[in-house]
Amino acid sequence: MPTRRPPDLPERDVTPEAIFQDRRRLVRLLALSPLALAACSPKGEAGAPTPAAPPPAPGTALSFTPNPAFHTQGPLTSWQDVTHYNNYYEFGTSKSDPALNSGAFKPRPWSVTVGGECEAPGIFALEDLIKGIPLEQRIYRHRCVEAWSMVIPWVGFPLAALLKRFKPTSRAKYVAFTTVDRPGQMPGLSYPVLDWPYREGLRIDEAMHPLALLAVGVYGRELPNQNGAPLRLVVPWKYGFKSTKAIVQIAFSETQPVTSWNQAAPDRYGFYANVNPDVGTVPWSQHTERRIAGSGFSLFGNRIATRLFNGYADQVAGLYAGMDLRRDY
Amino acid sequence: MRPLDAVGWSKPLLVLLALLPLALLVLAALHNALGPDPVSQLEKHTGIWALRLLLLTLAITPLRRFTGWNWLIRYRRMLGLFTFFYASVHLTVYLVIDLGGFWSQIFVEIAKKPYITVGFAAWLLLIPLAATSTRGMMRRLGRRWGQLHKLVYAIGVLAILHFVWQVKFGQTIAVREPVVYAAILAALLLARWRPRRRAAAISVRPAPARSPAPAPPP
Repeated sequence: MPTRRPPDLPERDVTPEAIFQDRRRLVRLLALSPLALAACSPKGEAGAPTPAAPPPAPGTALSFTPNPAFHTQGPLTSWQDVTHYNNYYEFGTSKSDPALNSGAFKPRPWSVTVGGECEAPGIFALEDLIKGIPLEQRIYRHRCVEAWSMVIPWVGFPLAALLKRFKPTSRAKYVAFTTVDRPGQMPGLSYPVLDWPYREGLRIDEAMHPLALLAVGVYGRELPNQNGAPLRLVVPWKYGFKSTKAIVQIAFSETQPVTSWNQAAPDRYGFYANVNPDVGTVPWSQHTERRIAGSGFSLFGNRIATRLFNGYADQVAGLYAGMDLRRDY
Repeated sequence: MRPLDAVGWSKPLLVLLALLPLALLVLAALHNALGPDPVSQLEKHTGIWALRLLLLTLAITPLRRFTGWNWLIRYRRMLGLFTFFYASVHLTVYLVIDLGGFWSQIFVEIAKKPYITVGFAAWLLLIPLAATSTRGMMRRLGRRWGQLHKLVYAIGVLAILHFVWQVKFGQTIAVREPVVYAAILAALLLARWRPRRRAAAISVRPAPARSPAPAPPP
């Protein structure tokens, strides 16, 4: 399938996080200066940088090439928010839990088991698995089913580039992904919230679509544990829960695999889970979303309209031609 | 009468105290200290304070009965009005800041999301109570004032539903919080029945030899 460049993507490179933050802080200071004076705020005066500035991201820096074909315009979500506000139930059900509870998780050494309908199955060390695949940076919109969204600079490679190495057979109609299951390092696993381990899946044509990404990094560095280290899926036109984290197993199958959220609450979470403003899920309607971007004073104007396929309709709508998206949600 | 003076004197303090949570929230918001999703924090805290004040309002009557501190009743209207105040701020934050720019969505939300439906209903029911909170209205309505203000029990139940219903699937820990508030509400509602039962219990208890008859129920 040819990749067309989405209409809202300029060629410019990403604004460095620090510069972006500075701009936000400046605007905030200007807007709040009367209040700041009244409140005798010790911070922010005399140009002293406030701790709101992003800390240097931990983790090893990765070498990658920005891919201008996948570049979302507009403010990025800050590194702090991307890494401290997310759902990863293996570390707890609150959105602050993953960052708090993932310290003991060991993302190395790592191996991935590949099986099912393919000619080259096996157990692969992560280093061997991704050897020779060039890393690129893509800035994607991320839409959670809870009706909040982010803009995130991932570092990774097309999922198709990896899957092709295993030579899926003609019977491989679906591909399933399983998250690691380590109760000792993942305290959330003690709660039977879902039928662990976490399993997700895609139809093979979805998985082979150029937008489907396997990420190993964010903000130019290796993934933090709480974001799915060391290897996670990013499927930007679907709700976030489709993007399996800490992948240890990839399996090709002829039949649709059982997926965790669909299994837990089939009326709420479909197998496809494509972002769709017209198909609501209890308890959230999906018409709009709250965009978490930047880390400045951001109380107002965060709500934006949700777009079909999270704004990637030009690229992916063809995958669902002839399907009733209300039924196959 | 000293208690009256003390109550009158303490009311402005109570006003300040009741405004304190909102003041702290606004300060935190201005200092960008509400985390990645400040709007949801504003919604959560204004909603919780509305519920807390509602429970405090409901606590006055049982407290009076058990302690005999009748002067407590003089704080009840203010607590009730602050319940309405925080509920209104809560709704305003949702409408103006959260839904900002997507006003028409409120109708979809009220119609389709059960937790919004009951929350909005609770706020609507608070309006007649706030409107009839004046002395003049109490006089004019007479007996019916008390009947009207029994609505507060329904409001309490709706508020709890509003809280429980939005806990997301599988949040076994997060569900504890609304359950605690539900238990407090249940206790406060039950406490309203207890005096009669206790009175009955007292009357069947064998009276001490010296007292000629059991004391009349309080």
